[in-house]
Amino acid sequence: MPDTPAADIQVYINGQAQRVPAHCHVAAALKRAGLAHSRRAENGQPRAAFCGMGQCQECRVRIDGLDHCLGCMTPVAEGMRIETQA
Amino acid sequence: MAAQSLPTRRHADVIIIGGGIIGAACAREYARQGLSVAVVEAGPIGGGATAASMGHLLTVDALDPADQIESDLSRRSLQLWQDWLLEQEAHRELAEYSRCGTLWLAADAEELDLAERKRDWFHKQGLAAELLSPEELAQAEPMLRRDLLGALHVPDDGRVYPPRVAARWLQEAQAKVFRARAVGFEGASVRLDDGRELWGAMTVICTGLAAQEQLPTGWLLPKKGHLAITQRHPGRVQHQLVELGYLKRAHLVDQDTVSFNLQPRPGGQLLIGSSRQIGRDDRELDPLLLQQMLRQALHYLPGLAELSLLRCWTGVRPASRDGQPLIGAHPRLHRAWLATGHEGLGITTALATAELLVQLSLGQATTLKPAPFRPERFQESPAHA
Amino acid sequence: MKTVAQASSARREADVIIVGAGPAGIAALLPLLDAGRRVIWIDQSMRAGGQIWRAGLPMDWQRQLDSALRHPLLQTSFGCTVIAAEPRGQAPGALHGLRLQTPAATGSQALQVAAPQLLLALGGRERHLPFPGWTLPGVTGAGGLQALVKQGWPIAGQRVVLAGSGPLLLAAADTVRQAGAQVLLIAEQASRGQLIRFAAGLNASKATQAVSLAWRLRGIPYRAGTWVQAAIGQDRLQSVQIAQGQARWELPCDALGIGFGLLPNTELAQLLGCQLRPDGAIAVDEGMASSVPGIYAAGECTGIGGVDKSLAEGALAAQSLLSSQTLATATARRHALRFARHLATHFALRPELLQLADAQTLVCRCEDIRLGALKAHSDWRDAKLQTRCGMGACQGRICGPITESLLGWPAQQARGLRAPLQPGRLGAFAED
Repeated sequence: MPDTPAADIQVYINGQAQRVPAHCHVAAALKRAGLAHSRRAENGQPRAAFCGMGQCQECRVRIDGLDHCLGCMTPVAEGMRIETQA
Repeated sequence: MAAQSLPTRRHADVIIIGGGIIGAACAREYARQGLSVAVVEAGPIGGGATAASMGHLLTVDALDPADQIESDLSRRSLQLWQDWLLEQEAHRELAEYSRCGTLWLAADAEELDLAERKRDWFHKQGLAAELLSPEELAQAEPMLRRDLLGALHVPDDGRVYPPRVAARWLQEAQAKVFRARAVGFEGASVRLDDGRELWGAMTVICTGLAAQEQLPTGWLLPKKGHLAITQRHPGRVQHQLVELGYLKRAHLVDQDTVSFNLQPRPGGQLLIGSSRQIGRDDRELDPLLLQQMLRQALHYLPGLAELSLLRCWTGVRPASRDGQPLIGAHPRLHRAWLATGHEGLGITTALATAELLVQLSLGQATTLKPAPFRPERFQESPAHA
Repeated sequence: MKTVAQASSARREADVIIVGAGPAGIAALLPLLDAGRRVIWIDQSMRAGGQIWRAGLPMDWQRQLDSALRHPLLQTSFGCTVIAAEPRGQAPGALHGLRLQTPAATGSQALQVAAPQLLLALGGRERHLPFPGWTLPGVTGAGGLQALVKQGWPIAGQRVVLAGSGPLLLAAADTVRQAGAQVLLIAEQASRGQLIRFAAGLNASKATQAVSLAWRLRGIPYRAGTWVQAAIGQDRLQSVQIAQGQARWELPCDALGIGFGLLPNTELAQLLGCQLRPDGAIAVDEGMASSVPGIYAAGECTGIGGVDKSLAEGALAAQSLLSSQTLATATARRHALRFARHLATHFALRPELLQLADAQTLVCRCEDIRLGALKAHSDWRDAKLQTRCGMGACQGRICGPITESLLGWPAQQARGLRAPLQPGRLGAFAED
């Protein structure tokens, strides 16, 4: 799916403003922002989205203050505040 | 009279039926007394009511004289819990022990008065307890709604994760575990559903509600409860929170009731209860009752609405006819003992139950007075309508 | 913030509720609307298409869908998650009820829907098997990678390896290549012989699709009888260890998309009391009716079989709901089922794949439980109580099938299904 710069929106990732294509889901936005991982496991390992379809729960992040939102199932929205859980 | 052939080989000195927290506690105590133990459990260890429980280790006060018996049992048991927990760091770790304390929440003047009287009782017993003002309460638990009148803080209460404790106690007892169901009891032998027969010097029945099968009707009754748990939300709640409003529902004997009770688990998950449905022993989730329970929780912690609910389940508490557990000689089975009917205090009172039962069955002097727990008490007094 | 006293969820009723907006749901929707039925259409995603049509529908389906979305008898609940089933009443003819969590943007948190008839078009999910390094960032499912790329995952210029089993690997390779990735290798575990037999059994239309796909993927190494043994890297994927027969080699790469076919999604069906087949799919009769009166199922959730099966079964289910089955639709389904069996036979998994995980390999990703820790236990429930395996966020969705394959622990039945179906805002459950 080609990116059209005109269709970019602004989100905040760990406090930093980022422009991402409007069609992105949060998991993709995090990767575009350069984050190799979006959460740490109970044992401290870095983890990122795995199944891509809302099953594995690895992509959990805080969105607009709500914890445990699925990054791979949530489309980005203008002004969205995304925080990775450690 | 035909001579019975004696078994030439015993499987163990004591055969314990039931691998929940009570059976495991008994196994451990018998082993400490130098006896060998076999445990019969068809499901996973600690997989029955033990798995459904909250694991709250709480001091039951005797402000109401009717609670004296339960209070004594819980206090002795908590002492034994502390002994075991403090024995090794490894015990506290595997039990996921947390000395979270209990906050008894007062929402109105009547409840605040109760909190104060409870505090006085604790102090008279030399137990730690303090009354928190609304400001102190807000500091202790910022998620609570701000119009509460205060709370009684009992700092020495705690919580554990019972299934792992049960498994550990069986290990400590070096118990031989038989993965089967007991179907017949003949003196010192137990017949299993896979055809095997186990021989011991005595049998101890710790099967919770299922013990009713070998008892006269109506000695045990189920009290079903719902529980819900959130995902990890660390740092939101520190103490076990219990509402004092249960007072107001005490008279609703036959109705389904909910009461706010919340436990923060060490990982940050919040365990939410509680509900009571008398006479229900099915495991179906009741959406309406669950909803009521959650609304009651939201009433005390409005911020709970934003948290992520992970799973709901039910458990069935094995309650006895008069509210006290049955600990003592089995009224019907030969050379058998009984420990069941703990309702909502099975985890707290497991160790004192085991101590009492072992003392009774081995003819030792008992630490607690055994009379209130004698199973035969139900034979002597006819059931009240 | 709305207090509990104020918030109350909306309630909607219809003649039919369709859960799932993939090909099966789409194929069922159109005839139902045409026949004048009021439909509530639910999907977790914000748009229709499911997995396979995530990036868009084929043109003529898109045209039909566009007009359906404007139909006055259709109410959509997109972006909504089914969190619980709430049957209304016990009498026959009682409504089937579902509780949904609505997107955060709406004022209320929950929506309750009810209808006398329910069509479950729940789709399928990818099957994952554990191997050393499978939890590294950079390792995803193969269908997972395709799904992520379709929602904007940056893959241009990255070196990608696709591995595992099934035609999905090729579809995924196609997607990532179009997005600018450099596909280093497609490693199919099935043997060359299995693949040749699979290709030989394709009908003309499927064979044409295959040739066209192969043309688009020309230049990408495709190896049969080849699998990934391990993913290597410190905090993220750096290379993969490949095995083919006795040969082993390491291949540096940036992304590994690995999947072993599909599994039917059945959680909602189970919660509603529908019987499952021994292979784990929702059991349905010739008319796509489940074991619960009023509840039908169609598509991957009744057995993995690809888009043709989903379209045929969606149409057939709609006909059954309208009591107007046609021979043509039943025939289409039979043909689609033949392909499904063909697929399952020729992509059967080789035993080496079940041996890749060692005692240190994680099985439960949510709670970090290793295979070695699980082996000490006798069954799923025992392991769960003692180790927390399956108690985490995914509630056994990923690790459950793995323990079934690797440890022989019986699946669905042992995993007592409860609400919520997926983690949801507590407020959504408490709303009246």
